[in-house]
Amino acid sequence: MATTITMPQLGETVTEGTIAQWLKKVGDSVEKYEAFVEISTDKVNAEVPSPVTGIIREIIIKEGETVPVGAALAIIDEVGAAAGAPATAAPAPTATAGPAAPNGATPTHSSSRNGEALNAPDVLRRVSPAVRRLAREHRVELTSVRGTGTGGRITANDVLAAAREGPAANVAATIMNTPLTSAAKPSTPLPAGTSTYGAPVPGTTIKLSQARKIIAQRMLESKHTAPHAWTMVEIDVSDVWKWRSVEKDRFQREKGHPLTLLPFFVYAVVQSLKAFPLMNSRFTDEGIAVLKELNIGLAVALDSNLMVPVIRDADNYSIGGLAVAAGKIIERARAGKLTADDLGGGTFTVNNTGANGSLLSAPILNGGQAGIVTMEAVVKRPVVVDNDAIAIRSMMNVCLSLDHRVVDGAIASAFLVDLKKRLQAMGPGGTL
Amino acid sequence: MAVATSGTTTMNNVEAVRQTLYEALKADPRTLVMGEDVGARGNVFLITKGFIEEFGPERVIDTPLAEASIAGIAIGMAMEGLRPIAEIQFADFIYPAFNQIVGEAAKTRYRSNGDYTCPLVIRTPYGGGVHGALSHSVSIEALFYHVPGLKIVAPAFPADIKGLLNASIDDPDPVLFLEHKKTYRLVKGEVPNGHYTIPIGKADVKHPGDQLTVVSYGLYVHQALEAARQLEGDGLSVEVIDLRSIRPMDRTTILESVRKTRKLLIIHEDNKFGGIGAEISAMVAEDAFFDLDAPIRRLCGPDVPAMGYARTLEDEFMVPTSRMVDTMREMVTF
Repeated sequence: MATTITMPQLGETVTEGTIAQWLKKVGDSVEKYEAFVEISTDKVNAEVPSPVTGIIREIIIKEGETVPVGAALAIIDEVGAAAGAPATAAPAPTATAGPAAPNGATPTHSSSRNGEALNAPDVLRRVSPAVRRLAREHRVELTSVRGTGTGGRITANDVLAAAREGPAANVAATIMNTPLTSAAKPSTPLPAGTSTYGAPVPGTTIKLSQARKIIAQRMLESKHTAPHAWTMVEIDVSDVWKWRSVEKDRFQREKGHPLTLLPFFVYAVVQSLKAFPLMNSRFTDEGIAVLKELNIGLAVALDSNLMVPVIRDADNYSIGGLAVAAGKIIERARAGKLTADDLGGGTFTVNNTGANGSLLSAPILNGGQAGIVTMEAVVKRPVVVDNDAIAIRSMMNVCLSLDHRVVDGAIASAFLVDLKKRLQAMGPGGTL
Repeated sequence: MAVATSGTTTMNNVEAVRQTLYEALKADPRTLVMGEDVGARGNVFLITKGFIEEFGPERVIDTPLAEASIAGIAIGMAMEGLRPIAEIQFADFIYPAFNQIVGEAAKTRYRSNGDYTCPLVIRTPYGGGVHGALSHSVSIEALFYHVPGLKIVAPAFPADIKGLLNASIDDPDPVLFLEHKKTYRLVKGEVPNGHYTIPIGKADVKHPGDQLTVVSYGLYVHQALEAARQLEGDGLSVEVIDLRSIRPMDRTTILESVRKTRKLLIIHEDNKFGGIGAEISAMVAEDAFFDLDAPIRRLCGPDVPAMGYARTLEDEFMVPTSRMVDTMREMVTF
């Protein structure tokens, strides 16, 4: 039976996608849930799992081509799906070129994933989450583990014991290595003379990835259309830093996300944006659109590109809520799991440039927004405090790029000073 | 009643409650006890015997048989600066006070945006196994633990009772303090002299082990400990966690233990359906799924409307230690 694979909808507002890379070629076998094509939309890359087990008969859309959602991408000849038998039950032997072990026997060595899965005794269908995870972590082949639990069940300790015995028989993480979360791709050696963003080779040209193309286009567009102006304040973050230090361990323990300076900063930015609505607006030909939504984009640096996922309705969050929301979205960004919906709709951007040690930066406005602020590195400096005394305080520069068509320097400076006051008023004992 | 300030004293659970209340009344003129028969009768378990003579009827108040009023009056006292320690004579009688506790006490801080708090303690004996029949045996914790704004503690050892009752009296918000009546005179232990508190929301590992985590509270902690000790003789290692506080719940201690043992058994006397164990198992499934090496199990009261008076019915309701041993063994060797 042939199954036509179509362009999936990767996000509620997505209408088309580009084939970034075929992970399989015609004639390759593919298992149900195994990633077989990488698709990029706007700025998101996603690996798409196969809905069936089978062999790729035809690839219809070539790499680099963009097609609408629902367009046919490839045809897979489904195997092992006899009428009435669900394809999930057991992949048919024809799905693999590997040798099949005799029925009922427990193979101790096997070179084929499917062969093992096929002949796995019942006990393997009932492995616990811990066994599954430990087997993957220790690269233990479960078919070679002798179960000591009830009815021969493989226990977590059995896996750990097998791992201690040595890796010889356990080179391949077998059926446990389900392709639902696609495993790290093998690093195939690059052909001579090629170069990537992660490993640039002098004298070569790096082929532009979809994401890099979009970044280039956006940056150019922004710099060409919005006249950028720039201003900066320095903020004493000693007290808010102390507050954070007091709360961070408990917060991490209870909420499961780190409590960094970022949520305090974003919280203050949101309050200041409410006080200065012009900073949360965009220039249009009809006039300056002052926005109701307060959707804060967070610039997240990744290995080979930059993403700006958005916390929607950021004015609905407490500081703690922002920490969790930011933690989640940054985790998703790093895992490459952002959807297009995570990335759209930003009205103002915060860029944590200080994370890389920067003291001053002049950011480029993002997506037609009126402003972008940076949090530069926090450094201890001697500063003059009340009564002309000199004290050592934790200082942070905050830089603002603004669209000068929308706001003038006076408002921008007032906004920054307001932000400064709010942050300097925060300290231990406040409400997270 | 002489009070030493250092060293320890051996006492049972009922004496621990009595001593803590006595010391609180001595130390803080804002405190008072109120409830049915707490004055002239000295409480049905003789916890407050002699108090009315020493502290007078304004601080040891005999109330009518009207639980809604006991809770409601205590709430008003608490909001206006006193530290009432109200008693519901048996947990079975708390239902008329439900509205006051859930609808008023738990929401006071939130409703007034922090202008008012409700530093109220409601003590009540709960639990069965004492031939208390239908109206002297219930467990009520699951009816209340759904309610944010309410703290619930259920210590099972005399030293924990004293530390947690002191913490409850100090707490600026309402605390429901549950005392398992079968442990009252059954359980004895060393109690530090002088004033001390145990933080609400901290569980206690009463017996360390590494092959199975057992979470319990109240009377069953003692049976679970007995079961764990029996299994130790067979080389099986069971960790017994005494929750002590039901809400807030000590997530950290439970999750750390389950990550170590990879197996979880929850034991409580209250009905299984929607009980405390349901919340614990959901929490562990959410946060430690990939550490679990066996299905989570629960040993709890059956879904029947009440504990019967007949011994056969009561036995059927209660979980015997032998069943705890069997279940623990099955889970360790699973």
